[in-house]
Amino acid sequence: MMTTPGTGHDRAQIVAAKRQRQASRIAEAASAGIKVLLVKVLVLGIVDAISVYALFVLFAKQDWLVFALVLVVTVVVNWIYFRVKGLPAKYLTPGLIFLLIFQIFVVGYSGYIAFTNYGTGHNSTKDDAVSSLILSAQERVPDSPTYALTVLEQAGVYSFLVTDPDGDISVGNAETPLKTVTDAETDGSGQAVGLPGYTTLNFADIVSNQEAIAAVAVPLSDDPNDGSLRTPDGSAAYLYLSDLVYDEAAGTMTNTGTGVVYTEDPSQGSFVAADGSELQPGWKVEVGLANFAKAFGTDSIRGPLISVTLWTFAFAFLSVATTFALGLFLAIVFNDLRMRGRNVYRVVMILPYAFPAFLSALVWAGMLNPQFGFINQVLFGGAEIPWLTNEWLAKFSIIFVNLWLGFPYMFLVCTGALQSIPGELQEAATVDGAKPWQVFRLIKLPLLLVSVSPLLIASFAFNFNNFNLIYMLTNGGPRDVTAGVNVGATDILISMVYKVAFVGANRDYGLASAFSILIFVLVALVSIISFRQTKALEELN
Amino acid sequence: MMVKKNGLLAAGAIAVAASLALAGCSAGSDSSGATSDADSSTLTVWVDADRAAVLKDAAAAFTKESGVKVKLVQKDFAKIQEEFIAQVPTGKGPDITIAAHDWLGNFVSNGVVQPVELGDTAADYQQVAVTAMSYEGKTYGVPYSIENIALLRNTALAPTAPATFDDMVAAGTAAGTEFPYLVQIGPEADPYHLYPFQTSFGAPVFGTNADGSYNPDDLTVGNAGGEAFATWLAAEGAAGRMSVNLTGDIAKEKFYAGASPFLLTGPWNVPDAQAAGIDVSVDAVPSAGGQPAQPFVGVQGFMVSAKTKNAIAANEFLVNYIGSEDVQTALYEVGGRPPALTAAFEAASSDPITAGFGAVGATAVPMPNIPQMGKVWQFWGVTEAAIISNQGDPVQLWQKMTADIAAAIQ
Repeated sequence: MMTTPGTGHDRAQIVAAKRQRQASRIAEAASAGIKVLLVKVLVLGIVDAISVYALFVLFAKQDWLVFALVLVVTVVVNWIYFRVKGLPAKYLTPGLIFLLIFQIFVVGYSGYIAFTNYGTGHNSTKDDAVSSLILSAQERVPDSPTYALTVLEQAGVYSFLVTDPDGDISVGNAETPLKTVTDAETDGSGQAVGLPGYTTLNFADIVSNQEAIAAVAVPLSDDPNDGSLRTPDGSAAYLYLSDLVYDEAAGTMTNTGTGVVYTEDPSQGSFVAADGSELQPGWKVEVGLANFAKAFGTDSIRGPLISVTLWTFAFAFLSVATTFALGLFLAIVFNDLRMRGRNVYRVVMILPYAFPAFLSALVWAGMLNPQFGFINQVLFGGAEIPWLTNEWLAKFSIIFVNLWLGFPYMFLVCTGALQSIPGELQEAATVDGAKPWQVFRLIKLPLLLVSVSPLLIASFAFNFNNFNLIYMLTNGGPRDVTAGVNVGATDILISMVYKVAFVGANRDYGLASAFSILIFVLVALVSIISFRQTKALEELN
Repeated sequence: MMVKKNGLLAAGAIAVAASLALAGCSAGSDSSGATSDADSSTLTVWVDADRAAVLKDAAAAFTKESGVKVKLVQKDFAKIQEEFIAQVPTGKGPDITIAAHDWLGNFVSNGVVQPVELGDTAADYQQVAVTAMSYEGKTYGVPYSIENIALLRNTALAPTAPATFDDMVAAGTAAGTEFPYLVQIGPEADPYHLYPFQTSFGAPVFGTNADGSYNPDDLTVGNAGGEAFATWLAAEGAAGRMSVNLTGDIAKEKFYAGASPFLLTGPWNVPDAQAAGIDVSVDAVPSAGGQPAQPFVGVQGFMVSAKTKNAIAANEFLVNYIGSEDVQTALYEVGGRPPALTAAFEAASSDPITAGFGAVGATAVPMPNIPQMGKVWQFWGVTEAAIISNQGDPVQLWQKMTADIAAAIQ
């Protein structure tokens, strides 16, 4: 701005102005510092308050692992933000915490599931399984009467005052079996509603203590085989017999009806009888590599797994190859300045990309219907070509529809990459006497591949797991009815995982997670190899 | 610069707060110990969108009388089974959920539901509904509706109800329409819609015990009747009357367009047919094999979580409020499916469509709710599709399917 030194007067003025500016800057910084500090203290105070609350809850539950994690995170966060130095850490911490919770934890947990038997019949803890078995083993004694019930309380112990259909009144609690009483107060209909020395509970009292009252079982007599009275709703009691008895010390469930003893099997996570029969539900246990052994060791799974893996590779590779070839071809055509109305064509080209892919797949499924679909009816004059029900035609249809869905993306990418190649290169090559094909093969394509190949690898990984298309177009079908497993000709690994995990009554999340790990390993391997190749390509140029 | 730093700090703090709150919540959900005291007088009920509006009144009445609050949580019906099984073990699930009876086997083998004692009110429901809600001799739910398929007839094209399958084909042919009759099939067939024809050949999937429950050890699908049914399917396929290309959507549209006098379907398609200007009548499914054609009955109802802390309030709400005639009638009015409570059903039968479906339902059989049924579907449909499209000897395919099912059930 000004380079020549001014007069002494000017200089003094400049120095004064400089000092003033400095002073005001310091003042501003100081006041803003207080503001920042206030905000910092306030926000960190909120964070700390929440984590202290969480710590209390976790302490009360004795959940030590999560307790330790929350404690460590809180201390680290406070340290980071109260430190003067370490600006990068202040930027990175929130992102890292989210990464840990939403990515690392989720991936780690899915991986962990692969080493458990989580699935139908094994979806909770042993305590839950035991209480659920005991609950469902309670059975109302056939043809037993309904007892009208009044719940009484005495010194914190709940008693049942029941009136049987004959009008006889008796009282009992969990410790003392039912015995007849004569001094009960009754209402107009003859139902007992109170007993001297006891407090009668109304419905609100019952509801506020319902867990305890629902657990009360009043023995009918001294013989446990006569059953006990329980109440499901607080106003009526029924006679129940349980046919399962749990012995915690021995870890056994005994069926009193048949006398069969089911012993706890910690490796399977269930109670198993000597003859191999199991009680449902069981509970979740770690099973080590059993799921992987099952995937590779069971004939009925290994066969389909291999053929599905092969088709997955073929599908992903062909999808990338066909869409790239068509996209590149169109990009070259529309990049030629002699082409008229290029912009209109370009917009039309993008249209398939603009529709949601799963919707397009569904529409295509309708259009490919052999008898009523548009393709056969209109284009093939009513020929009943089984597009989606013949094994090979279905595979072809999948790749064809994916080509329709995928080429606009490749077209966009290639157009961009082509336009970034300097025109001089082509001119120079033409001057040197190169034919157009030579220009393309030796100059444009290698330059194009440098920028496009990471996208091709990404596209491969995407198609490897392109669940939407398979699920909406063929649902993995057609199935070979003689194969005896629920895997069709066009199932890819991810749709097979879906069927294992979520279709049918017998879900096996453990096995599905094991498959997911396999998919991850495959995609990672392919990507690593391809990126190595890409690097070599870059060095070449 | 300052502003930026502030914003950064705030964002960071929010992120940390959110993550810690998440950690706190997830920890809090591991077992409901810390929260159950506050929740002990609130019943959480999962319902689908249609049912939620109706239950609001019943819930309000219940709260007024008992002081127990009812929280209705709206869920997508198709996702309830999955979420209930996933959430109940964590203690996060509801106290009560709406459910279809054929989820029951899955629920019980996952230990997520507990029996409900209907007591003496059990006799007030239609027998088939209570049977459907029972598993291994215990009742696990309070039913509210029954649904099944029947034969919809376009009275303009076919004035009288056909007595047998051959009558139906003859009437359909005489009507001169594109199809003599319509039943949805699709690429993986539709065993649910084809089941009445199958039972008319005397080939149910499972045999039944004395109390009407299904016996998973008695796989009856492969008997002589099953083979006859397979042969018959192949013949219908060869005649072009059944086709795997006829998906549900296409069958429905053809019927609305008057391309056939008959459509085998459920009450859910009746309003659309009437809107298309078709005068429909509901008839029994005609028998193809000589024996009664019994469709599957699906029963919907409410079930109680195995981990509820509110067992008494939940039972009281279900048995005395959901089981009341007012609520059952109101639920019928939004869903159009015949009520499960006999008194409400009789009141609803003044509508000829409801009465028609109800009459078919009275002779129908509950869809098996044993978990083994889940293994049947995956073989059943594809085999029927293969037979209809004549991909092999029907009897051999059918026996192969029976062997596959038997092996899968083991």
